[in-house]
Amino acid sequence: MGSAVLPPIRSTFRALTTSFVPEASSLDERGWAEAEAIVERFLATRPPAIQRQLRLLIRLLDLLPALRYGRPFRALDAARRARFLEALQNAPLLLLRRGAWGVRTLAFMAYYARPAAAAAIGYRADARGWEARR
Amino acid sequence: MIRRDYDVVIVGSGAGGGTVAQELAPLVKDGARVLVLEQGPRLADAEFTGRELEMADALYEDGGGFLTADGAMTLAFGRALGGSTVVYTGTSLVAPERVIRGWAVPGLDHADLARRTARFAGQNNVHLLPPEWINDNNRLFVEGCGRAGYHAEQFPLNVKGCKGSSLCNLGCPNAAKMGTHRVQLPFAQSQGVQIVTRAEVLRIAARALSVVVRPRREGEKGAESEWAPGEYDVRAKVVVVAGGAVGSPALLLRSGFGDALPRLGAGFTCHPAHILVAEHERPITNDVGHPKSYYLDHAADEGWVLETCMYFPFTTAKNLTGFGPPHSALMRAFPRLQMILALACDKAVPENRVAVDRSGKPVVHYRFTPQTVGALVRATRASAKIFFAAGALRVHAPSADPPLIERRDAGRVDELVDARHFRTGKVSISAAHLMGGCAMGSAGDTARSVTDAWGRVHGVPWLRVADASLFPDSLEINPYLTIMALADRVAEGIRSEARDLLSAGAPAS
Repeated sequence: MGSAVLPPIRSTFRALTTSFVPEASSLDERGWAEAEAIVERFLATRPPAIQRQLRLLIRLLDLLPALRYGRPFRALDAARRARFLEALQNAPLLLLRRGAWGVRTLAFMAYYARPAAAAAIGYRADARGWEARR
Repeated sequence: MIRRDYDVVIVGSGAGGGTVAQELAPLVKDGARVLVLEQGPRLADAEFTGRELEMADALYEDGGGFLTADGAMTLAFGRALGGSTVVYTGTSLVAPERVIRGWAVPGLDHADLARRTARFAGQNNVHLLPPEWINDNNRLFVEGCGRAGYHAEQFPLNVKGCKGSSLCNLGCPNAAKMGTHRVQLPFAQSQGVQIVTRAEVLRIAARALSVVVRPRREGEKGAESEWAPGEYDVRAKVVVVAGGAVGSPALLLRSGFGDALPRLGAGFTCHPAHILVAEHERPITNDVGHPKSYYLDHAADEGWVLETCMYFPFTTAKNLTGFGPPHSALMRAFPRLQMILALACDKAVPENRVAVDRSGKPVVHYRFTPQTVGALVRATRASAKIFFAAGALRVHAPSADPPLIERRDAGRVDELVDARHFRTGKVSISAAHLMGGCAMGSAGDTARSVTDAWGRVHGVPWLRVADASLFPDSLEINPYLTIMALADRVAEGIRSEARDLLSAGAPAS
C-alpha cells in the first residue's frame, strides 16, 4: 500500500463531504477517522495516477470558487458551497460534471459505508433474512 | 517462468467458463488434462458477510467501480471464482425468440438454445418463489403495475435454501444462489478438472498462455492460489476464453488478434440502467426477502425492461442524483423506499466497444445513443407511474430537474421526465449485463464477426470463446442462462472435434 491520499487535502475533502452529506458535520474526530479510512482503503487499490488525479481535482475544487467568490471552497458558507457544487454538476463540460460526480461518490462512500450511518438511516439487512425479522 | 501443459485451458469461471468446465469434465476420464484459470479469489462460505464495501471489494472488478472511458457509466462485473454468477440475483430467463432471430447467426436457432437453457435451469434449481416469500418492495411493484395498466411477471430464480437476506448482489451469505461456484465448478473439480484462482492471463499466443499468479494481499478475502505466486507459461491444445464481455475482448486484443479480426471489441452492449427510488408513507419490507422477484418486459415495443431491486446504503446514495438536504432526506427514508431498476435495451453500434490501453488494461468506450436515452426516459416515466400507482409520496427520477417528483405532480410525469435532463456525469447510470465484443456470425466472416455460431474464432481452430462477448447484439433480458446455453454449444463443439483438436499441435511436454 502506498502513502495515504487524503492527508494533504483533508480539510477540503471534509468540507466537500459535509456539503454533499450535511449530517457529516456532526461526525467527531473518531467518526471522520473511520470515514476517511474507508476511502483510503478504496483508494489504496487504485493506480497511483488515479490517486494523484484525485488530489489534484480536490485542490482544484478548493481553488475554483475563488474566481467567483474571492475565497476557496473551504472558506465558503454552506449556501455558496451548494451553489458552486450545483453549478459543477450542471457544467457544460463532461469533465467537470464527471469530476464532481467522482468526489460526490467518495463523500457518500465515506459517510454511508460506515455501519453507524447504515443503522441511522434504518438499513437492517441481515444474513439471516426473514428469520432475523421474526 | 514455470511451464505447465494441458489439453484444454478455460480462461474464466463464470456462467461461460464454469459451464465449459462442467461439460468438458468427461474428457478427463479419457486422459485429457483440463484447467480453469480464474483471476479472482476463491472465497470460503464464512467470508460472505453481506457487508457492502467489504464484499464489493472482494467480488467485483475495481470493487464495483469500473467506469467507462468517459466516466459516465459504472460497469459491475464479478472477479471471483464463479465470476458474475456469484453476484447476480439468480434471475433465470430464456432468451426471447425474436432476439435470437434478429441476431441472424447462421447455425444458431432458438429451439436449440431453449432446450439447453431448460437443462441448465433444472440443474440450477430454477423455480418461482412462493407468494409468502415476496416482500413489500416486490408486492408494491406488482400492485403498481396492475393499477398503471401493466402486467408484471415473476422471475424464476436459481436459489436453494434462500433465507431472504436481500444481499444477493454482495454474494449470498447463505450459499443459496446456484452460481457456477456452487454447481458446475464443484462438479467439474470432482471429475478431475483443475481450477487455479488468482491466475491472470496476460496474453495468449499460439497454444500458449502467459499467466501470472498473484499472492493474496494482507487482509484480503479468499484462499491463496492453488499455484505458487509467479509467472507461468501454460501450454494447451485448446484455449477457451470466457472472461466476460470486457475481459475476453481485452485479452484477445492485447494478444494481437485484433489485426486479423477487425470486429474484435466492437458491438459492446450492456443494458444501461437507472436505479429509481420512491418514498412511501409507511415502512415497507425492502431490505429483507429476495430483492428481484418481478419484472416488466417492454423490450419489444418500447426498448426497456423494469426489474424490482434493492440496494445497499452507499450504492443507493451514489445512484441518487444531487446532494445535500434533499438527498439526505431520501436516504433517511430508507425503510420506506421502494426501488425499481430501469434498463434500456441498447443496440450494438460500432463506436461502443472494448479496447485496451497501452498497458493492456480494458477500456470500454460507450456513447449513449438517442435511442438508448429515449428508452431510459420512457422506462423512468413508466416506473414513476408504477410507483405513484403503488401509493408512493414522491419519486426520484434522474431525468427530471429537480429529480424529486411529488405526488401532486403524478399526472405530469411525461412532461417532467425528459431527455433534456439526461446529462452524463450528472445522472448515475450503471450496467451489469455486459455483452458483445467477440460477436458470433457466419463462419470465416471476419468483416462482421469474431467467431462462428459455435464460438470458434475465425482462422484460429484451437481458440474458442464461450461467454456473453459472443452476443452479436443486446439480449434484452438477464443473460446468464443464455451464456450457459452458448457455452454448452462451445463445449459440445470441442467434444465433437476432440480427436483432431487434442492430438494436433500437442504441446511439448
